[in-house]
Amino acid sequence: MSESTTARPALVTRAGISNDRIIGDLLRPIVETGAAFWTAIGVCSLFMAWAMFCWGYQIYYGIGVTGYNRTSMWGLYEVNFVFWVGISHAGTLISAILRVTDASWRRPITRAAECITVFALMIGPMFVLIHLGRVWDFYWVVPYPNSRGLWPNFRSPLLWDFTCINSYLLGSITYLYLPMIPDLAAIRDAAENRLGPVRRKLYRILSLGWQGTSRQWSLLERSITIMAAIIMPLAVSVHTVVSWIFAMTLQPMWNSTIFGPYFVVGAIFSGIAAVLAALYVIRWVLHLEAYIEPVHFDNLGLLLLVFSLLWGYFTFSEYLTPWYAHQTAEMAVMHHRMFGYYAPFFWTMLACCLPIPLALLVGRRTPAKTCMASLSVLVGMWIERFLIVAGTLTRPRLTFNWHAYHPSWVEVSITVGAFAYFIFLYLVFIKFFPIVAIWEYKVDRGLAAQENVS
Amino acid sequence: MRWGMTIDLDRCNGCEACVVACRAENNVPTVGEEDCEKGRMMSWMRVERYWEGEFPDVKARFMPVLCQQCDEAPCEPVCPVYATYHSSDGLNIQVHNRCIGTRFCANACPYTARAFNWFDYKWDAPLDQQLNPEVSVRSRGMMEKCTFCVQRIRGAQIKAEDGKTTVKDGDVQPACAQSCPSEAIVFGDLDDPTSRASRMSTSGRAFRLLEDLGTKPKVIYLKPVDWNTSQEKESAS
Repeated sequence: MSESTTARPALVTRAGISNDRIIGDLLRPIVETGAAFWTAIGVCSLFMAWAMFCWGYQIYYGIGVTGYNRTSMWGLYEVNFVFWVGISHAGTLISAILRVTDASWRRPITRAAECITVFALMIGPMFVLIHLGRVWDFYWVVPYPNSRGLWPNFRSPLLWDFTCINSYLLGSITYLYLPMIPDLAAIRDAAENRLGPVRRKLYRILSLGWQGTSRQWSLLERSITIMAAIIMPLAVSVHTVVSWIFAMTLQPMWNSTIFGPYFVVGAIFSGIAAVLAALYVIRWVLHLEAYIEPVHFDNLGLLLLVFSLLWGYFTFSEYLTPWYAHQTAEMAVMHHRMFGYYAPFFWTMLACCLPIPLALLVGRRTPAKTCMASLSVLVGMWIERFLIVAGTLTRPRLTFNWHAYHPSWVEVSITVGAFAYFIFLYLVFIKFFPIVAIWEYKVDRGLAAQENVS
Repeated sequence: MRWGMTIDLDRCNGCEACVVACRAENNVPTVGEEDCEKGRMMSWMRVERYWEGEFPDVKARFMPVLCQQCDEAPCEPVCPVYATYHSSDGLNIQVHNRCIGTRFCANACPYTARAFNWFDYKWDAPLDQQLNPEVSVRSRGMMEKCTFCVQRIRGAQIKAEDGKTTVKDGDVQPACAQSCPSEAIVFGDLDDPTSRASRMSTSGRAFRLLEDLGTKPKVIYLKPVDWNTSQEKESAS
């Protein structure tokens, strides 16, 4: 790298940022670590440790340490599961769609989005384990020839879920990793003497001997395109199957044909919001104003606006049809959600997902305004999942069994711990990998990506 | 062979002897006051009590509810590990030791018939000395529900395997039917048109719980329903 810059005058991009500055800016978080980083890691670790203690406590004593009861057999854990799997739709799907449609503005933000997918997929399915009554036997759902002489039940939506999510996780990791190879090679070459021996070896292994030959580039482009095409149907299937866990039962307000697409739209909606919020924080903390620009917030904000309207349309359809059919059990659930005990939640959800984002996103979409809209959407979408789970389960068909559900401190601690875990993973990722794809950014700015590794 | 049950609601007085008998037969633990308040009452059979009419003209209605042993059971296809499945004689089987506790079956059940082991429960002395050896004691994290006293059914079938005897109608009785003082509960083979349960199930009073859902329960309730005037009668009387 240094050779090429000394031999020739520094390359300057259209935006007026020199090649050296790009490498410097984008690699700074990897080679420099400040006190703020360790503080954040420490705080996150505390929350995670407490959540892990809570989980241990729950395994030791039983699921009874939660607020679950005979009707609310599911609660916060399932809410979190659906929420995080929803968030996972952010990255990969958005980045795949933008890649396939060749929207060039996507380039600096794809990686920040894709790693959200991977981390959310590490956290969401974790809740499936946490909610299991006998987690030590979780491997019984894995289809492999076993001494029990029994296959898992392939008719169960939970098994579809297990299959889907695992495929999606593997696909997402691959899809995150592939475009990172040239950057890993760049770190290997540019930061050789600023890193310790362990990390140097790490990048040497991970960059898979990348030399930047034109054959390597064409292979990379092809595999990325193939992965993008595979990821999109996978992402849609994942959240459809998550919705089927609810929709395939007979329960009032769950058994709905619209649930599949409704969940997919909700997932992408909350996913975009997560990406926007993460981008805002990264941009602010890592001083990447020159790379993550207002145009990204503007475009993603527009996407968020569209999905807000779509979500509104789906919610309206979802509630209006049972309202007209007016079946007793469905009306009990709906009344419970809209005017009963959960009314404050319902109307907060509606406000957070429709009027607030609309007000903020119509007109000039500044980074601050889109970030506020995103946070509102995230809150609203979490409540939506809560209403779906708790709203139905607290109102079973036989009215004798109606019972309230109050989450316990164990569930709340683990919920908070999951958010800390997400931030923790994100921080660690930023320490090891460039959060803005260096070569893609250069391509975007008219700099030949090949210059990056000579 | 299709095991089924009729419950004559006109005979039921809500004494809950069936509930106690079930508890003793099937090693169903008591969860204590605190958990009961949290809605975690553990029982395979419960007597639901509904009030009809306005004060002071109120009537208490009792309805014993247990697993309805549906022919089209919503709980069966959703279990990822086959802990619940349909046996050849129509029973909705629950294999306790195979359950990993996803609780999906309980959420799929429209009758709230399933109970979960939130903790490892203890039996206060001397109850710990009277556990039924025919029925496994469940540990924390497992789902359980009414089995139609499958241990008694299988016991009778094993006895009949010598070829000299057969399982006759009335030979098998679940604990609830056996202990019902007003003989409201009748158990038998619904495929045998001469069995008592089968004959009762064709009564004009017969209905099934939430039968519009199409779950085809094998528990049949008997109670005349006057669809036209029941509402008026309630308020007039």
